[in-house]
Amino acid sequence: MDAHHDEELPPQDDQSPSGDMLLPQLVAHLREHRATLRDDWAQRIHDAHLLEAMTPQEMVAETTSVYDNYVEVLETGSVEALQHYARDLSERIIPRGVETHEVVGIVLLLRDVLARSLFEKYQGDVGLLNRVLDAYEPAANRIANTVAVSFVDERERVIRQQQDAIRELSTPVLPVRERLLILPIIGVLDSERAKQLTEQLLGGIRTHRAKVVVIDITGAPEVDEAVANHLVQTVDASRLMGASVIITGLSPTIAQTLVTIGVDLSKMNTIGDLQGGLEEAERLLGYKVTRKGVTDGS
Amino acid sequence: MNSGPALVSILRQGDTLVASVHTALDDSEMVRFQNDLVRQIGEYRARGVIIDVAALDVIDSFASRTLQTIADIARLRGAVTVIVGIQPEVAFAMVRLGMGMGEVATALDLEEGMAHLAGLRGSGARRE
Repeated sequence: MDAHHDEELPPQDDQSPSGDMLLPQLVAHLREHRATLRDDWAQRIHDAHLLEAMTPQEMVAETTSVYDNYVEVLETGSVEALQHYARDLSERIIPRGVETHEVVGIVLLLRDVLARSLFEKYQGDVGLLNRVLDAYEPAANRIANTVAVSFVDERERVIRQQQDAIRELSTPVLPVRERLLILPIIGVLDSERAKQLTEQLLGGIRTHRAKVVVIDITGAPEVDEAVANHLVQTVDASRLMGASVIITGLSPTIAQTLVTIGVDLSKMNTIGDLQGGLEEAERLLGYKVTRKGVTDGS
Repeated sequence: MNSGPALVSILRQGDTLVASVHTALDDSEMVRFQNDLVRQIGEYRARGVIIDVAALDVIDSFASRTLQTIADIARLRGAVTVIVGIQPEVAFAMVRLGMGMGEVATALDLEEGMAHLAGLRGSGARRE
């Protein structure tokens, strides 16, 4: 963009037209010395111990594409193709544990390698060198920026995806028998999870046509008032859908909290542990579990 | 009382009345539904009433109170009421707003509601 700005402001001084001419010249130079500069860059990456997760063949392929993309951006001033490529590259390298500093590092290295080569070429004429660098630097910075942002965006997308997956896994609704669901709660139950639990449970009641649900909170260290109330509401809502809820595994702390904050527990069916809860659920559903071989004894 | 096409169909199945609410009812329609249903309980000598609200995506306080009233009246007329088909979102919204169905029985769907009534009847006098 900055290169075009120069073009739009002709009265600046006599540098502008030549500045405009400089980029193609610069691009031609970088294309001409492509192989040397790329190898130089790859060597620097190697020396800096960056991207060690990649094989040498991959390094050659990736550095070549990055180099070509880089020069293309200098030439066209459009970062769209680069953005696309960077996102694609990030998608491939993030699962292999490549870090943000490595990606930013290699782009900055390329910027330095190219700048140095320009410096060598134009060092005879300081005025010209200055103008070349004026044209080169904004474009180079923009490229570094684009690549870094694309990488971070991609990483964030991956993280969000994983968070969703974890959240989904954190409140499983498990059918154990026909019409009987178990909902084990493990870990801290915050309001976000409590809300999700309600959705999963009510949805589960409908899909599995459940009549009894056992919510086991043995694995939940504590609940606050909001979550406790939410739990009670979930139990009430389940009842409206025709399912009865048994809560098991209330720890001493949680039991005390519930009583202290005055949650209405009169309608809550609570049983000490999951085993007891399952037995009660089976009784409600009319199952009778007997052990083979000892039936005649009992 | 206002007239017009029924927004609720009331079907007879043995000694059970099945009332399906097809669309959200406003307050006067709700009252009309209540009157129709209570009248038919006597007419058909119904022992059980199932009200299917699966089509409703909202049940406000008036609707929930009316449904409870219907259940109370039906009980006085000798019929047990079961509300069926409350959707998950509706159920939770109702509870959030501090409404419920009081002592009225609820069930997942029509089939469950029928089973519930059959269960009650099984413990009392059998018809068949």
